[in-house]
Amino acid sequence: MYSKFVLAVSAALLTLVGAAQAQEAVEIGVVVELSGAGAPAGTNWRDGIRIAVEEINAEGGILGKPVKVTEYDTQTDPQISRALVQKAIDGRAYAIWGTIYSGSTLVNMLVAQQNSVPQFVGSEAPTIVEKGNPFVFRTSSGAQKGVPALVPYFKDTLKAKKVGVAWVNNEFGRGGRNVFIAEMKKAGIEVVADVPSEQAQTDYASDVSKLKQSGADAVFVYMNQEESARFLIEAKKQDLSMPLVGEVTLTEAKVIELAGPAAEGAIAHVGITATADQVEGIAAFREKFVKTFKRVPTHDAIKGYIGAWTTKYVTELVGKFDGEAFSEKMHGLCLPATKYPRILLDTCWDNRGEMSRPSFMVQVRNGSPVVIGTVPAN
Amino acid sequence: MATWLRRILILALIALAIVAPLGQGNYIIYVMTSWLIFSIAAMGLNLTLGYAGQISLAQASFMAIGAYTTALLTLSGWHWLAAMPLGVLACFVVGFGLGYPALRVKGHFLAFITLAFNTLVFLVLRNEEWLTGGTYGLVGIPRPDLGLFSTMRSLPFYYFTLTVTIVAALAMWGIVRSPWGRAFKALRENPIRAESLGVDTRRITLLAFAIGSMYGGLAGALIASLVQFIEPGSFGLAHSLRILLMVAVGGAGYFFGPFVGAGVVILLPEILRFAEGYYLIIYAVLVIVMLIFVPSGMIGIWGRIRDRFFVRPVARADLQQGAQLK
Amino acid sequence: MSQFLQILLSGLATGSIYALVAIGFALVWQAAQTINFAQGEFVMLPAFLVLVGLNYFDLPLWGALLFGLGMSILILGAAFKKLVVEPILPHGGITLVIATIALGILIRESVKEFYSAEGQPYPSVLPSDPINIFGAVVSLQDILNLVLSLGIVVLLTLFLNRTRTGRCMQATAQNPAVAEILGVDVKRMVLYTFLINAALAALASFLITPVYLAKFSNGETLGLIAFIAAIVGGFNQIRGALVGGLLIGVLDNLVATYITAEYRAALPLILLILIILVRPQGILGTPEGRAV
Repeated sequence: MYSKFVLAVSAALLTLVGAAQAQEAVEIGVVVELSGAGAPAGTNWRDGIRIAVEEINAEGGILGKPVKVTEYDTQTDPQISRALVQKAIDGRAYAIWGTIYSGSTLVNMLVAQQNSVPQFVGSEAPTIVEKGNPFVFRTSSGAQKGVPALVPYFKDTLKAKKVGVAWVNNEFGRGGRNVFIAEMKKAGIEVVADVPSEQAQTDYASDVSKLKQSGADAVFVYMNQEESARFLIEAKKQDLSMPLVGEVTLTEAKVIELAGPAAEGAIAHVGITATADQVEGIAAFREKFVKTFKRVPTHDAIKGYIGAWTTKYVTELVGKFDGEAFSEKMHGLCLPATKYPRILLDTCWDNRGEMSRPSFMVQVRNGSPVVIGTVPAN
Repeated sequence: MATWLRRILILALIALAIVAPLGQGNYIIYVMTSWLIFSIAAMGLNLTLGYAGQISLAQASFMAIGAYTTALLTLSGWHWLAAMPLGVLACFVVGFGLGYPALRVKGHFLAFITLAFNTLVFLVLRNEEWLTGGTYGLVGIPRPDLGLFSTMRSLPFYYFTLTVTIVAALAMWGIVRSPWGRAFKALRENPIRAESLGVDTRRITLLAFAIGSMYGGLAGALIASLVQFIEPGSFGLAHSLRILLMVAVGGAGYFFGPFVGAGVVILLPEILRFAEGYYLIIYAVLVIVMLIFVPSGMIGIWGRIRDRFFVRPVARADLQQGAQLK
Repeated sequence: MSQFLQILLSGLATGSIYALVAIGFALVWQAAQTINFAQGEFVMLPAFLVLVGLNYFDLPLWGALLFGLGMSILILGAAFKKLVVEPILPHGGITLVIATIALGILIRESVKEFYSAEGQPYPSVLPSDPINIFGAVVSLQDILNLVLSLGIVVLLTLFLNRTRTGRCMQATAQNPAVAEILGVDVKRMVLYTFLINAALAALASFLITPVYLAKFSNGETLGLIAFIAAIVGGFNQIRGALVGGLLIGVLDNLVATYITAEYRAALPLILLILIILVRPQGILGTPEGRAV
């Protein structure tokens, strides 16, 4: 009983102390998938932000005020994510960082919009910037930008006439697949196999055999991490010989770790990657991340990092904490990496919150991803 | 407990439910509204599980049927008050059709069939994009506008939901007190005896399940308006299990069990915030420990405390024993 | 043709995995007349115990496997029976079913919080070299999985029918009260069933995780499909679980290849509903002896 009392008192004291600090600090709500299916992505996002916040506070915070982050776990549930964005805003959050799953972002961005709170999201579904929401900003290009950047590779480098697409049937996979099919049509390339698979599917025998029979010259693989790894393993087993090309996920460190030798030769277009350590900022971030968390950052970690730093840069350009003014400033804004080093690469946002920046083609060679080319911003 | 005392207590609780959200932030009101909605869903499942003794693992998919019907109709211009009954009716029909074959045979077959059904509903909602919007779901579902009383803001919507909940609870009270309801109870206590007393156990169980599903549909109609966005992932098997745990935690077969259970499941993450990611672990352990020591749920805990501190005059215990005929 | 053969063989390989898990359902059903909703998690956990052995105690692979097996029998067998089943079973089957749902959450979330939320590579016990059979490619691992699950069914059936302990276990499953009167140590027999279930779950875990990769959420889908396989094949028969598992593995691949990939997950469910409509005791099952 006594210990319970002590616990209650200390909890109350902590809240008081927290409130006292909050008057000084800039409140930010990190609303992200820390449990459930989105946990791997969400955890990286959060850890990228933790590093950014430490740096920002070491450099005097935003407009001289320290940043105070509160982390909210959406459990990868859109309804909960909506409630939590509301909660963060009730708690006077100046900005929201998250969510990553498009299904969640589509719901909770309505709340941020109603309250004029800028929101940096890790989602890549095309629809997010098509809803006329002036407060939502991407931290990576949407699928409708990322996937088209791949087209020249299929058309000119691989000289493919017929392609197949293997995709995971959730809002992430379907978004990418729809854009890919439309782009292939435009480029005059025939899609001969269109193979959806379930989230958390384990048996890819049928998927791979269909692609094998289709006579495609190359296959576009658009799935989450574990699914990509299982697909690659089955593809190697059935000796699927055509090039496997993905967007972002296919050559991630985690996929290579899981798929082992089966990942060899896989190609992907990546918006931003810790592999591109010829870029100074990325190398520095990677080093810091590995030192702190003992693992290599994924692109989600870098996205979170960029979202946090952009909030600082743009708020200081505006000169005050004002969501409306922030949103106005962001639209059509370009931040060159020479002047804003922590943005890592020259980055622009259009008037819908979509972002563009240079990107990379990566291939897995000898067990690690290697940059095999750069793609200019589109 | 004396009837008048109980009535006063219930009125006090309703008064508390009216006063509690005043002056609270939007988040608290949102949480309270979703507590009411899940209480309705759990109330329905309580009829199936607690009174009729059958496990249903499809309450979330009945919520989906209610939510999608209401959403599609209101999006095409219907009023919520016209759309909701259709969704609820659809749940009754589907529940009846689903329960009929499952309850033909003894055993946990309703659990099996509803388990399959829940996932089937998810697949249909995801794949039939022309109707349901597929994985992207349906956005911008309007909230009911009741003339002078618009529920667009969160506080009016809370009161709207509270009214619906009270009406639903009164209806449930009527069902449980009716001869039907007594038959449900007889069935749960001792199926063989119930049957020998002329209760058509199969029909009664089927009705309990179908009515319980209607409550799922009603909850779905409300959640569609609350979130103003629905997608298939919110109605998966995990959510059905979550509602099942609400009923078990609150106290299956007790009228107020679902309210307590839904409250615990929805508020626990708030209370255990200090535990961060561990709260689900703590929750699961608490549930198991509770099932070991007080299988009748939180309401059962209250019963135990009451028995311990408020010793009631008991008519001779041996007579009571005899009267129970167990 | 080679595609059909490929699909058939791959389906059998996957199906044999479902079968191994489904046998566990059947065993627990016989011992406690309950459905273990944590069965999928029971198969997910042993792989992580092996990883703990490998990465934290620096054991060699065989040592880690033994460690995983031992811990599984201890946790998923003995502790599960003593701490969960025994105290809750008197409160009724439904209460126990709900408790296993909570147990599933507990195992899943614990692995996620205490080990990792991300998928982990897992060492293969068996060689995974591809073998070409008339144009269809399967790995040695696939074939061995199939052979092993067949072998386990045969051994388990022999054990249950031919040995004294096995027969006592069957008697206990059919009617604990009568078995007790006949002098069977019912408690011990029930314990044996749970230990065997745990050992089987561990074995299934070691065989499938190289293919599935170790992830905390693996149990959800696997548990569901194995559960359906058990009902389809016949809940009170070990052989039934094997038939159900293989059937679902093959049909799933056939449907995905030739009919519809978007609704492939619906097939086991439709099969389940059909079976309950037509033959509720399952393909190989026998009607339950008890009235209620």
